[in-house]
Amino acid sequence: MSDLLGAVLSLAFLVQVATKAIPYVLAALGGTLAERSGVVDLALESKLLAGAFAAATVGHATDSMAAALIAGALAGAAVGALHAAIALITRADQVVTGVALNLAAAGMTRYLLQVLYGQGANSLPAPQLGGLAEDMTAWIALGAAIAVPLVVVRTTFGLRLRAAGDRPLALRAAGHSVAWTRVGAMMLGGTLAGIGGAQLSLAVGGFSADMSSGRGYIALAAVILAGWRPGRAVLACLVFALADALTDQLQMNVVALPRELTGLFPYALPLAILALAPSRMQPPAALGKPES
Amino acid sequence: MRRIVLVLVAINAALLAIGAALAPARPARGLGRRIHVGLVFDVGGRGDRSFNDAAARGLERAAAELGAAVETIEPGDGGDRETALRQLAAGGADLVIGVGFIFSNDLDRLAADFPNTRFAGIDYSPTPGRAIAPNLLALTFREHEAAFVVGAIAGLVTRSHTVGFVGGMKIPLIRKFEAGYTAGVHHECPGCTVLAIYAGSEPKAFADPTRGRELASAQYDRGADIIFHAAGKTGDGVFAAARDRHLLAIGVDSDQYDQAPCCIVASMVKRVDVTVYDEVRAVLEGRFTGGVRELGLAEDGVGFVARDDELLPPAVRRRAEQLAADVIAGRITVPSQ
Repeated sequence: MSDLLGAVLSLAFLVQVATKAIPYVLAALGGTLAERSGVVDLALESKLLAGAFAAATVGHATDSMAAALIAGALAGAAVGALHAAIALITRADQVVTGVALNLAAAGMTRYLLQVLYGQGANSLPAPQLGGLAEDMTAWIALGAAIAVPLVVVRTTFGLRLRAAGDRPLALRAAGHSVAWTRVGAMMLGGTLAGIGGAQLSLAVGGFSADMSSGRGYIALAAVILAGWRPGRAVLACLVFALADALTDQLQMNVVALPRELTGLFPYALPLAILALAPSRMQPPAALGKPES
Repeated sequence: MRRIVLVLVAINAALLAIGAALAPARPARGLGRRIHVGLVFDVGGRGDRSFNDAAARGLERAAAELGAAVETIEPGDGGDRETALRQLAAGGADLVIGVGFIFSNDLDRLAADFPNTRFAGIDYSPTPGRAIAPNLLALTFREHEAAFVVGAIAGLVTRSHTVGFVGGMKIPLIRKFEAGYTAGVHHECPGCTVLAIYAGSEPKAFADPTRGRELASAQYDRGADIIFHAAGKTGDGVFAAARDRHLLAIGVDSDQYDQAPCCIVASMVKRVDVTVYDEVRAVLEGRFTGGVRELGLAEDGVGFVARDDELLPPAVRRRAEQLAADVIAGRITVPSQ
């Protein structure tokens, strides 16, 4: 048991937690931007997947880490724009369209793998990100974790973004376009999620089908758990990553605990926090209402 | 309009001529007929450079050398798998191969539904109390035997006296790898610690390199300096972590040295490629029989390969070969769980 304690109290453990948290943090920050502008972002999963896919394929073709990261960011932004267009032009139910986008991304990436490489589950090798200190996406995530709360609270764009989510009529009365504000928020959010996705594929040097593995949903849960406040969403992601890393350590030590049980821990812990510390924060008033 | 049509016709004719010129001469075929082989891949899919790619190599060889017409399907999730097998069987394949334990129940059903089609299941795991259909060949391996040998290698090359094992899905099949490996480590290094961890309890655990990297990082951070994986595509993440830290790893199913030449000491191979080829050939030559076939070190169904003498010193290699011979001769009994 002292092994376990030593392992958990080490710097290496913190690095494990931080590395795990990167895609969640980026997706959750992206999701916060979208949701605060008034669009339900159930499509984070598709943005992660698109970013992961684009980064791996461009990385494979160019052998350039920078090109791969940019491709991931652009792919996320593109899906964000598409998501905004579907949500705002068709005005369809945003929960349904979000899930539809996720399913479409899962199928589309498999199809494109088949077209590009003749195999439907894996890409060919791409450049690999190094450890945490050399991992560009870690620094981007850190920067975004500081910048996004500031942008939302302190900038004019942030004010408009919050107005689009809470008082769209007031924003329109002030002479600004609600739709374009939302498109901007969705594209920025998509960019962040796309970089989070790029981290997934570039950390292991290649794309595998469905490699987002539900991280987009967890990130959205973090957004809601945090009461739509970006700083707290980052914190929620870190708690989740901590619980997940702890589970790995437990699995190596405590043989008696079945994996199925310890595997619940990362999901149960944020839920427990949610139950014990209810947030007084309300969702954005116009969330999911395209017509306003 | 007419001109366009003419141009198209000309292009078509040219392409056909090129195609005919490029088409390889048909190799000699036994019995003078072409056989159709359908194969459905496992969760990790093509490009895992491990289990599935081994099966694909065998099939490609069968196509090239035996002239077999091959058709493969990479299923998505769950229900797709049975549909894929059924599609191939209904399409008139002479032999339908399911790659992975996950097809076991589907193959039982299909073999009953298509009594005139031959089926083979790699890593087939029988349902207790149910007989295997006569047109179904269950191919299983004694993975623990070869895992024992690479475990001994790990026990001999580790300097930290801590070694790791990353399994895919926690099932008896993968437990065989862990059991053999652990026994091998302790055979050569009784005081060594074996850290064992599994990527999950569902099929996705074989296709999750992100998880593989996290788990391997956790083991390396706990002092392991060599990790053996039995996790399909998830193992890519183990190699990513190994490359990151310049620590050692052991590959599985295929020779995985090229994925991390810095770090891969050896690979425990499972000759799925040879097995697939042999079965196609057996069908072609009319000597296919159903039932259970179990392949171990003695049948050369499993083994180990290593390419780098610096990573695997000749003395360690000789010892590993000696141990393999001992297992074959029955001087060592390797536990399978």
